[in-house]
Amino acid sequence: MTLDPSYIGRTYPPSGPYEVGREKIREFADAIGDAHPVYRDPRAAQALGYDDVIAPPTFVIVLSARVGAQVVFDPELGLDYSRVVHGEQRFVHNRPVRVGDRLVGVLTVDNIRTAAGNDILSTRVEIATDAGEPVATAYSTLVARGPDREP
Amino acid sequence: MAATVNYDGVAVGTELPTASFPLQRVDLVRYAGASGDFNVIHWNERVARSVGLPDVIAHGMLTMAEVARVVTQWSGDPGSVLEFSVRFTKPVLVPDDGVGATLEVSAVVGAKLDDRRVRIDLTVSSAGEKVLSMARAVVQLA
Repeated sequence: MTLDPSYIGRTYPPSGPYEVGREKIREFADAIGDAHPVYRDPRAAQALGYDDVIAPPTFVIVLSARVGAQVVFDPELGLDYSRVVHGEQRFVHNRPVRVGDRLVGVLTVDNIRTAAGNDILSTRVEIATDAGEPVATAYSTLVARGPDREP
Repeated sequence: MAATVNYDGVAVGTELPTASFPLQRVDLVRYAGASGDFNVIHWNERVARSVGLPDVIAHGMLTMAEVARVVTQWSGDPGSVLEFSVRFTKPVLVPDDGVGATLEVSAVVGAKLDDRRVRIDLTVSSAGEKVLSMARAVVQLA
């Protein structure tokens, strides 16, 4: 059950760029039931002062989870994904994600611990454009519940 | 950024409009596809029960995204959300019974910060139990 603590502090190479697509933002906004026009209509976005449509505040997870998969699904770490639930999540935005952004993410393992029989993995993914402009940081804590644990 | 709420017009304790958001199994499937999170516990009862959950549970990130709307609709500009953090304390069970689950959300200005920013504190429950704790957003106001 126990995770390999030698991963603490490990930082991974930057991910390849993820290009934020117009239809991906629309699809995500539809999936979270958010009808705000700033996610769909360039004119509505311009009325709020943006060049083009922006993404919802939690859209960053699409990229940060992808980048985080480098460690989450690393068999050497020993995380049982079928027992994983989300423990905590925090986003810090330098600016909204915009359509056309080419984003790269740098993954760092902030902490690994065991509490009450659960394995707990805390990571952060620092997201910037491929030109180096900071966009957001996503902090995630995943909990792999030990056997016979109530959720 | 162009929040429509003026910093000078709010005080600690100012309440945001409450909201409730229904979630059915199909919403979880749609979110799985849109987000890329295909963890089986979010759509398959058999697997959810095999790992000790009472039923399929909503993605924490779907809950977080839904409740964010209470903040973004109030501020008028989703880009005004500078920080957003939650702890997932109880799973949101989404039974396949034609009804599903409902998220009940209330929110209040918890603190006035510098640079015309405020901290919003959210309370989120489902089936009568709090499902999030420390649910907070820092929002840039006009």
